[in-house]
Amino acid sequence: MDLELIKTIGWILVKIVAIIVPVILTIVYLMYFERKVIGFMQARVGPNRVGYRGLLQPWADGIKLLFKEVLVPSSSNKYLFIVAPMITMAAAMAAWAVVPFGTGLVLANINAGVLYILAVMSLGVYGVIIAGWASNSKYAFLGALRCSAQMISYEIAMGFALVGVLMAAGSLNLTEIVMAQQGGFWHWYWIPLLPLFVVHWVSSVAETNRAPFDIAEGESEIVAGFHVEYSGMAFAVFFLAEYANMILLALLAAIFYMGGWLSPFEGIPYLGQWFAFVPGPIWLILKTCLFLFLYLWFRATFPRFRYDQVMRLGWKVYIPVTLVWIVVVALLVQFKIGPWFS
Amino acid sequence: MKKLKFYIRSFLLWELFQGLGVTGKYFFKRKMTLMYPRQKAPKSPRFRGLHALRRYPNGEERCIACKLCEAVCPALAITIESAPRADGTRRTTRYDIDLFKCIYCGFCEESCPVDSIVETNIAEFHFENRGEQIINKEKLLEIGDKYEKQIAKDRAADAPYR
Amino acid sequence: MEIDWLKFFFYCYAALALFGATMVIFSRNSVRAVLFLVLTFVASAGLWMLLQAEFLALILILVYVGAVMVLFLFVVMMLNMNLSPLKEGFVRYLPLGILIAATIVAQLVWVYKNTDMAALHLGELAQKPADYSNITELGLALYTDYLYPFEIAGVILLVAIIAAIALTFRGPQNRRSQNIAVQVATRKDDRLRVIKDVGPDSDLKA
Repeated sequence: MDLELIKTIGWILVKIVAIIVPVILTIVYLMYFERKVIGFMQARVGPNRVGYRGLLQPWADGIKLLFKEVLVPSSSNKYLFIVAPMITMAAAMAAWAVVPFGTGLVLANINAGVLYILAVMSLGVYGVIIAGWASNSKYAFLGALRCSAQMISYEIAMGFALVGVLMAAGSLNLTEIVMAQQGGFWHWYWIPLLPLFVVHWVSSVAETNRAPFDIAEGESEIVAGFHVEYSGMAFAVFFLAEYANMILLALLAAIFYMGGWLSPFEGIPYLGQWFAFVPGPIWLILKTCLFLFLYLWFRATFPRFRYDQVMRLGWKVYIPVTLVWIVVVALLVQFKIGPWFS
Repeated sequence: MKKLKFYIRSFLLWELFQGLGVTGKYFFKRKMTLMYPRQKAPKSPRFRGLHALRRYPNGEERCIACKLCEAVCPALAITIESAPRADGTRRTTRYDIDLFKCIYCGFCEESCPVDSIVETNIAEFHFENRGEQIINKEKLLEIGDKYEKQIAKDRAADAPYR
Repeated sequence: MEIDWLKFFFYCYAALALFGATMVIFSRNSVRAVLFLVLTFVASAGLWMLLQAEFLALILILVYVGAVMVLFLFVVMMLNMNLSPLKEGFVRYLPLGILIAATIVAQLVWVYKNTDMAALHLGELAQKPADYSNITELGLALYTDYLYPFEIAGVILLVAIIAAIALTFRGPQNRRSQNIAVQVATRKDDRLRVIKDVGPDSDLKA
């Protein structure tokens, strides 16, 4: 074995750790902030007992889950039952490989980055569907069926919304998509692609099975959906994967429509220079936090959709809307309209 | 025209934004949470908590074993056995309340002709072993002795409305 | 010792694909068979990735693994099939199966013998620069040289969709389905009739 190869592999491993660890930390504190934000919106204060203002609450929860027994139902398919959360987690983590955090700050700068993310996210549904089937429980199975149907439907709407982005940027590479939006916040794609942006964002919420699209879990209807039978760490893994997906999709919305790590004040006479010292990743994190807050805000506000209404929204509203707007985007790009496509 | 307005509204997600506005407003509002073990909500004098058997000021127990409470108890939580005492009065030899069966309706207190069995305002109690939920006469009298002041105060506060 | 990593991964993925394909046939549980088919698809996607056809590999995962096989799994799970009666005629149909397999193997061998393998060597395919995008090439090929076949294929798929809908469509009658559009469009005025407005100070108002 030559040293060069070991060095390269070692460097890649370091990069992976440098991505995964902050992501896990963010997940942990996203849980905390979710409970806090929803509490605040319901005139409560949320967790405030463990540590200063409850800051250690997620760790307490984690330790509790670690020490709980992982129950395997006697008539379940034991191998698949154990594998299912792993698949979900692996898919949720693998997608981070192509996400750029700044110019050149990316683990794998591949040409088909958008496709890779879509492909890996579509693998996540297997974890859910296998979990539902392997549990050998009716509620879990119903949850898995609902979840897979919903994820497939919204993947189409999301894919179409992304087609608009690809046409606008002329590339499947995430870094190039961000670079195509250079020049202040009015150059970002959320203005010319506003309908696609809305569709993409709502699909993101649906894709992660978050409220108001949490029909796969639907506590009041099917107990907890596909993960009823899971306890302890196996449940925690599903939980972590859901939050990892949330963060990923919030980040992607920032990259595709909000100019990624670009400063919003670029090109504005004074503001632009004052904020020039802020490094790119900070902007990206701020934008991601904005979208994550939206996730929590939605959960605190909207009641759960009925299942058939979810399907109708996906197929009969969002897909036609995106199809129409793709044509509009094609015309905008063709005739180089606005500050976006000149 | 109305339909068109409706379509425009629904595509602009008007009602959803309204809803977000409501929760957004509450995000900054004053929080109502009570820091429970440290802060407590005020209790009504009619609060029905843990049971107690009272005594007269001279130390004589009030209960005359009329068994009205046993008869009225809808959850059959009370068990009474009685026998004449040495001085010839009828007294209970056994007065058990199963707190798991009890629904804290307060009928026993209502039915008591001598105000013996009462429900105190103690809401925080627990059991550590199986069987401890059945409290007997000694225990009930003990609770009554310990909290007599509070019990008397609550009864006095509620007396004008009885 | 110098290892040809490309070859190593090729054999890994090839072995995985073969294993998956074999298990599709031999697994007793239909759901597991479908999952092994998924494994086979993933392994073939890996093989394509080794050929630097990342677009095709990702599309394979996105479309087949992410959508088609999920629906497949859906159906198989719902049916709860028992495979043992299906396997009853195994010995009876074995000769026919062997004949078909032999034909396919013979064709493969024939193609292999008549192709100049040296021209198709992997090393030569990898001679493109790093920023070479085969998506662009694929797009150009599809929308210029192969425009008609591509569009015709699209139309055929559309016809298939419409045919499937036409076959299963039972008409608007005899159905008691809900019209969600009407439900969603319901206003407060449609459901609630105020008989007498009691005014803001009344006790009747909450």
